[in-house]
Amino acid sequence: MLAIDNYLILSAIMFAIGTVGVLTKRNAIVIFMCIELMLNAVNLTFIAFSRYLGNLDGQVFVFFVMTVAAAEAAVGLALMIALYKNRESIDVEDVNLMKL
Amino acid sequence: MESIFFLVVAAVAVISSILVVTCKNPINSALSLVMTFFCLATFYVMLDAPFLAATQVIVYAGAIMVLIIFVIMLLNVKAESGKRGAHAKTAGSVIGLFVLFQTVWFLMRGSMTGARGTIDKAQIVSYGHVELIGRELFTTFLLPFEITSLLLLAAIVGAVILAKKKI
Amino acid sequence: MFEYVWLIPLFPLIGVVINGLFGKKIKNETVIGGIAAGAVFGSFLVACGILFQLLSLPGEERHFEKTIFTWISSGNFKADIGFLIDPLSCLMLMVVTGIGFLIHLYSIGYMHGEEGFYRYFTYLNLFTFSMLLLVSGNNMLLMFVGWEGVGLCSYLLIGYYFHKKSAGDAGKKAFVMNRIGDFGFLLGLFTLYWYLGGTHNVWTINFRELASHADLIVPGAITTTVALCFFLGATGKSAQIPLYTWLPDAMEGPTPVSALIHAATMVTAGVYMIARMNFIYIKSPTALLVIACVGAATALFAATIGTAQNDIKRVLAYSTVSQLGYMFLAMGVGAFGAGVFHLMTHAFFKACLFLGSGSVIHAMHHALHHEHSDADPQDMRNMGALKAKMPVTFATFLLATIAIAGIPGFAGFFSKDEILWQAFSNPHHGSANMLLWGAGAVAAGLTAFYMFRLVFMTFFGKTRLSDKAFHHLHESPWVITVPLVCLAFLSVVGGWIGVPKVLGEVLGGMPNYFEHYLEPVFAYSTNYMLHGGHGAEHAHSIAMEWGLMGVSVLIACGGIALAWALYIVAPGFPEKFVSTFPVLHRAVYNKWYIDEIYDFAFVNPCKACGNFLWKGFDVVVVDGIVNGVASVVRGISGLLRHLQTGMVHNYAFSMALGVVVIVGVYLFR
Repeated sequence: MLAIDNYLILSAIMFAIGTVGVLTKRNAIVIFMCIELMLNAVNLTFIAFSRYLGNLDGQVFVFFVMTVAAAEAAVGLALMIALYKNRESIDVEDVNLMKL
Repeated sequence: MESIFFLVVAAVAVISSILVVTCKNPINSALSLVMTFFCLATFYVMLDAPFLAATQVIVYAGAIMVLIIFVIMLLNVKAESGKRGAHAKTAGSVIGLFVLFQTVWFLMRGSMTGARGTIDKAQIVSYGHVELIGRELFTTFLLPFEITSLLLLAAIVGAVILAKKKI
Repeated sequence: MFEYVWLIPLFPLIGVVINGLFGKKIKNETVIGGIAAGAVFGSFLVACGILFQLLSLPGEERHFEKTIFTWISSGNFKADIGFLIDPLSCLMLMVVTGIGFLIHLYSIGYMHGEEGFYRYFTYLNLFTFSMLLLVSGNNMLLMFVGWEGVGLCSYLLIGYYFHKKSAGDAGKKAFVMNRIGDFGFLLGLFTLYWYLGGTHNVWTINFRELASHADLIVPGAITTTVALCFFLGATGKSAQIPLYTWLPDAMEGPTPVSALIHAATMVTAGVYMIARMNFIYIKSPTALLVIACVGAATALFAATIGTAQNDIKRVLAYSTVSQLGYMFLAMGVGAFGAGVFHLMTHAFFKACLFLGSGSVIHAMHHALHHEHSDADPQDMRNMGALKAKMPVTFATFLLATIAIAGIPGFAGFFSKDEILWQAFSNPHHGSANMLLWGAGAVAAGLTAFYMFRLVFMTFFGKTRLSDKAFHHLHESPWVITVPLVCLAFLSVVGGWIGVPKVLGEVLGGMPNYFEHYLEPVFAYSTNYMLHGGHGAEHAHSIAMEWGLMGVSVLIACGGIALAWALYIVAPGFPEKFVSTFPVLHRAVYNKWYIDEIYDFAFVNPCKACGNFLWKGFDVVVVDGIVNGVASVVRGISGLLRHLQTGMVHNYAFSMALGVVVIVGVYLFR
C-alpha cells in the first residue's frame, strides 16, 4: 500500500486549485463547481485517513459530505436560477446589492 | 506498479482539476470536473472503499454533475468575458499557493493521530465494504443519518421555493 | 369601615382614569363633571363612615393601619402602600373630600364652556387623589409621593390657561419653589432615617413606628437639622417666608383651583406634616423658635402686602399666606392642636372667600364681555355696589369675611384666638412670646382691615361700571351658590367644636371637642412637655386670657372700623394717603419688591450661570467632544468604507486571506 502522504499531498493540491478557482472565477456556476472540487479533496483525505487508521468513521463522514453536497447542489442551483431570473446574469460581479 | 498507476491517475486528476479552473466555457469546466471525480473514484478503490467509489460515480459524476450541466444549458451561460482584473487573478493564485504551502508544511511536520480501529483489508474482503459501512451507519451514526433526511427535506423545500416564478 | 380606607383615594383615581382617557370623547360636561364630583363624593362618604367609626372608639384606640402591599423592600428599608387612620388623618380626609366635593361641584358651573373642561377635572381629581394619599399614607415615602403629586397638579392647574405666558410662568415659579422645599423634605427624610437607623438600629419610615420610638429622638443638633429640613419642605409647600412668592402668582389658575389647592388643602400640607411629626419638633426648641418666628413674620408681612393690592384674588392670596403664617406660629409655639384647628376653619372660610370671589369674577367677566370692554374683571377698582345684584354671593362672602376677621362667634375667632393665646402663654420661647403675640395681633388687625376693604370696595359704595354693564350683572347659578352657602354655614358654626376652655366654662361647661379629639395624636408631645420638658408651664391667670381675647377682638374691630372709615365714609382719603407717602405705598403695592430682590439675588445669577454653562461649557466643551468624536469616527470610516465594495468575491477573498493568516499563525508561532 502506498504511503498516506501521497494521497494527502494530492488532496492538498486539489484543494488549493479549488481555492484558486473560487477566488478568481466570476461565473457563479464555476465557483460552485470549484467548491465541489474542494469538498472532494477533503473527502479524499477522509478516506485515506480512515483506511490507514483502520477506522470506518471517516468513510461514514464522506457519506454525510456527499449528502450535504447533494442538498447544496439542489439549493445552490435553485439560487442560480432565481438570480438569473432577476438579473439576467450569474456573474458574481453583477451581484453587488450590498454595495452602498 | 501501484505507485506508477497512482502517479498517472494523480496527474490526470490534477490536470483535470486545473482545467476546471482555467477553462473559459463552463461546459468544459464541468466535464473536467467529471473527469476529476472519476479519478477520485479510482483512488477510493485503491483505498479499499469500493462502495464509496460507486457512490462517488453515481451521486457526484452522475446526479450532481448532470444537474449542474443541465442548469448551465438551461441558463445558456456564455463563456466568461475574462474582464476580471489581473489583480484578482494574481491575488487569488497567491492565496491558493499559500494554502497549498501551509497544508504541505503541516503534512511534512505533523504526525498522524486519531483513534485507530481494527478494520483491515482482510475484514473488508470477508465482510464486504457495504456491510461494514452499513453497520456503522445504522448503529453508531444512526441519529446523524436520520437527521440527513431532514436536511434533504429542507433542501427540497428550499429549492422549490427559490426556483418559483417570483421571489 | 376602616378596612375600606383604600377606597378613599381609589375613587378619584378612577375619575382620573375615566376623564383622562375618555374625557375628550365624552364631551358632555355634565357627565365629565358628574364623574369627577361623584368620585370625590364617594370618597367623602367613606371618610364620613370612617370618622363615625373612629368616634365610636375610646381615645387610646383611635388608630388603624391598613397595609395594601409592600411597595419597596430592600435590606433594612421597607415601605408599604398603606394607610394610617387616626384623628389627624381622618380630619384631613374629611376636609379634603368635603371641601373638595363642594369645589368640584362649583367648578362644573364655573368652568362651563371652557376649552379643556375634561382636562381640568382630570387634574382636579388627580390632585384630590394625591392629597388623600398625602394625608392618609402611613409612611413618609408615601406621604412624599402625595407631596410631589399635589405639587405637580398645582403646577398643571396654575398653568391651566397655558396659552397665557403669565400663567405658564406662574406655574413654573410654583414648581421651582416647591422643588426647593421638596429637596428639604427629602434631606430631612434621609437624615432621620440614617440617624435612627445608624445610632439606634431602628430602620423605619412608618409614622406609627417612628412615634413609638420617639424616645430615641433626643434633643440635639441632628434633631434640629431634621426638623428644619422638614420645615424647609413645609415652607415651600405652604408658602412661608422665604418661599412664599409663588402663591400670589398661582392666582393665574382658575378660581376654584385657588380655592381648593391654594387655600384650603394643598398649602396646608406643610402644617399637616409638622403636626404629624410633632414628636420630632417638640424635641427641638431651636426649630420651634424658627418656625414660630417664620410663621409670625409671614403672617405680618403678607398682611401688610394685602392692604395695598387691587386684584381681588391677590388680596385673598396674601391673606392665605398670612393665615398659613398663623398656623405655623401655632406649630412653632407647640400648639399643634390649635394650628390644625385653624387649618380646618381656614379651609372653610378661605374656600368660601375664594369661591365667592370666583362668583364675582364670573359675573364681572360676563358683564364686561357684554360691553366688549377689556377692563380687568378681577380688579376691585372696577367693582362696587355688587351686593344688590349678587345677594347670595354677598351674604356668604360677608359671613366668611367676618369669620376670618375674628369676630366672636364665628369660626375664625376661636381658632385664631387660641393661637394668639398659645403664642403668649406657651412655655417654649420665654421673652420672645410677647413679640410673637404682638406680631400675630397686629396681623389680625391688618387682616380685618384688608378683608373689609375688599368687601367695601367690591360690594358697597357706587359701581364703577357703566350702566349697561352693571345692568348685565347677575347672580351665579345654583351649582355655584350651593357650595358657597355650605361653606358659609361651616365658616359660621365650624368653630364651635373647638371652644376655648375659659369661654366654654362661661357657656355652661361646653367642652373643647376638637382639642379632645386630637389629643391622642399629640399625646406624646403633651406628656413630654409635662414631664421633663424645658421650662415649666407659666402660670397665667384666666383674667389674662380674657384680657388678651378682648384685645384681639378690639384690634379686629379697629381694623374693620378703619376700613369702613377709609372706604365708605371718606373714600377720597386713600388717594390722599398715597400721595402723602408715595414711597411707602409703592413699596407695599409692589410687594416690598421681594420678587425683584429674588430675581436679582437668585434668579438672574442662576440664569447667568446657566447661560454660561450653556454657551461656555455645553456648546464648546460637551458639544465639542461629542462632535469631535463623531467627526473622527466619520473620518476613519470614510477611509474604511472603501473596503466595503459590495462585491461578493472581495469578501470571499478577505475570508480566504483571514483563514490563511490564522492558520499561518497557528502553524508558525
